[in-house]
Amino acid sequence: MSTTVHEQAEARRGAFSSRRVFVLAAIGSAVGLGNIWRFPYVAYENGGGAFVIPYLVALLTAGIPFLFLDYALGHRSRGSAPLAFARTRRATEGLGWWQVAICFMIAVYYAAVIAWALRYTFFSFDEAWGDDPEGFLFGDFLQAGDPGVDATIVPGVLVPLALVWIAVLVVMVLGVQKGIGATSVVFIPVLVIAFAALVVRSLFLPGAGEGLDALFTPDWGALGDAAVWAAAFGQIFFSLSVGFGIMITYASYVHRRTDMTGSGLVVGFANSGFELLAGIGVFAALGFMAQANGVAVGEVATDGLGLAFIAFPTIISEAPAGALIGVLFFGSLVFAGITSLISVIEVVVSAVRDKFEMTRRNAALVVTIPSALLSLVFFSTTSGVYVLDIVDHFINRFGILLVAVVSMLVLAWVVRAMPMLADHMNRNGSVRLGQWWLVLVSVVAPAALAYVLVRELIDNVQEAYEGYPGWMLGVFGWGAAAAVLVVGFVAARLRWRHPEALTIPDDRVVTEEGGQP
Amino acid sequence: MSAEAIVMMVVAMVVLWGGLALALLNLARSPDLPESSEVHRDL
Repeated sequence: MSTTVHEQAEARRGAFSSRRVFVLAAIGSAVGLGNIWRFPYVAYENGGGAFVIPYLVALLTAGIPFLFLDYALGHRSRGSAPLAFARTRRATEGLGWWQVAICFMIAVYYAAVIAWALRYTFFSFDEAWGDDPEGFLFGDFLQAGDPGVDATIVPGVLVPLALVWIAVLVVMVLGVQKGIGATSVVFIPVLVIAFAALVVRSLFLPGAGEGLDALFTPDWGALGDAAVWAAAFGQIFFSLSVGFGIMITYASYVHRRTDMTGSGLVVGFANSGFELLAGIGVFAALGFMAQANGVAVGEVATDGLGLAFIAFPTIISEAPAGALIGVLFFGSLVFAGITSLISVIEVVVSAVRDKFEMTRRNAALVVTIPSALLSLVFFSTTSGVYVLDIVDHFINRFGILLVAVVSMLVLAWVVRAMPMLADHMNRNGSVRLGQWWLVLVSVVAPAALAYVLVRELIDNVQEAYEGYPGWMLGVFGWGAAAAVLVVGFVAARLRWRHPEALTIPDDRVVTEEGGQP
Repeated sequence: MSAEAIVMMVVAMVVLWGGLALALLNLARSPDLPESSEVHRDL
């Protein structure tokens, strides 16, 4: 059996050993911190039970169609984000590098939150925060001063952060199947079991019913509010990990004749299904907290860092068998976070490997070590929490969302690639992508996401985010968003070592000479 | 919990978890193709 040049190329890139592994890795990427700490509050704030309707509409008209688009790009082109764009239309390579730069930036701060959650898993045993979780978080743990930049190291953050990066480095060196695939196959089932246990425990707490009542009581008037629809599209978009290279990269590692649309439906519904589970668990626990403090659920409902590192510690201190809740909750954050972190880093590793033809080990080292050092410098210091909050806010909106809208519009209206991508997906897909899909990814999804983006742009221009100093917002907010764009288009100017890398490997050759029957 | 809240919770569960179950059934209809061992060496 002779091996072709293309087979050798695929052997070098690596692949998932089966569709099951790919689906678990894609779920691992999609299910992240946002599912646990963002969705419940977004749903509560935007109509409660009535939010189900805009949420489903957004999932079916933008989320899953966009997921199919990413899969089509990566699966057809068999390349990392820059290579997939370059193989679709040479001039669009910069969009791929823009996505790569965004992933690099996200990895640097996302790791810090996982490190905090890792530390809090252990704090849960002795309730280290005492009776003042907020004071403990900002004072004792993060040692945060006033907003600004300060290089004073906080050892309590430095050590777990270093551990997170060592774990990521090991996974990246092990590669697509033995690293990412193997991690997902273990972590995702463990995550689901741990979180389900947390939900069951929370449901038996006094006040849980009031919490669920607050989450699910529908406010039908909310359906007439454009902001609620924008929140639904935003939540679906951010939650699915679409539009910034991850799903392109993962799809490029999947067998050529895999049913990608069928796989995408599983990933999309698994991600949303987990969000619902998280909503139930979080609001049952918040209901207990409200009851214990004699206040309404609305008084304690919150999201993000406040939910994880202030509300949950309070719940853990007040609930019977609180340590168990703590270990399950923070452990779930760590597991959900790690599988997402390795997916964003893989976008960078894969792109560097494709462009510079590096070995897996070298690319993993070249990408992970600088990311880890930057992460340690910025986020194990006393000013880490402010920088993190700003970068996260701006990169999500003016990085991820912006690149997603721009690349969708370019693919649909400049390259006019959508019919070709639909054809590719239809060759082996169980869900046929017809006219409806072309309309959704060319018009509906970009229009909805552009609307969300413009709203965000207006809000952030009119009002300084969280009242941070202008220079900090300029550097770590707007500056970071501009930097990823510039870096992206500069990287695209670098030459490919072998021009033939820009043509898609011909799968007929592989099929005839050495592929699966 | 109010009846209205219970109904909406059940609706969300049926649609999202039911959707996941249907998606899994649909995917199970086609065989899970393994990659040839040649391809996942990942050098």
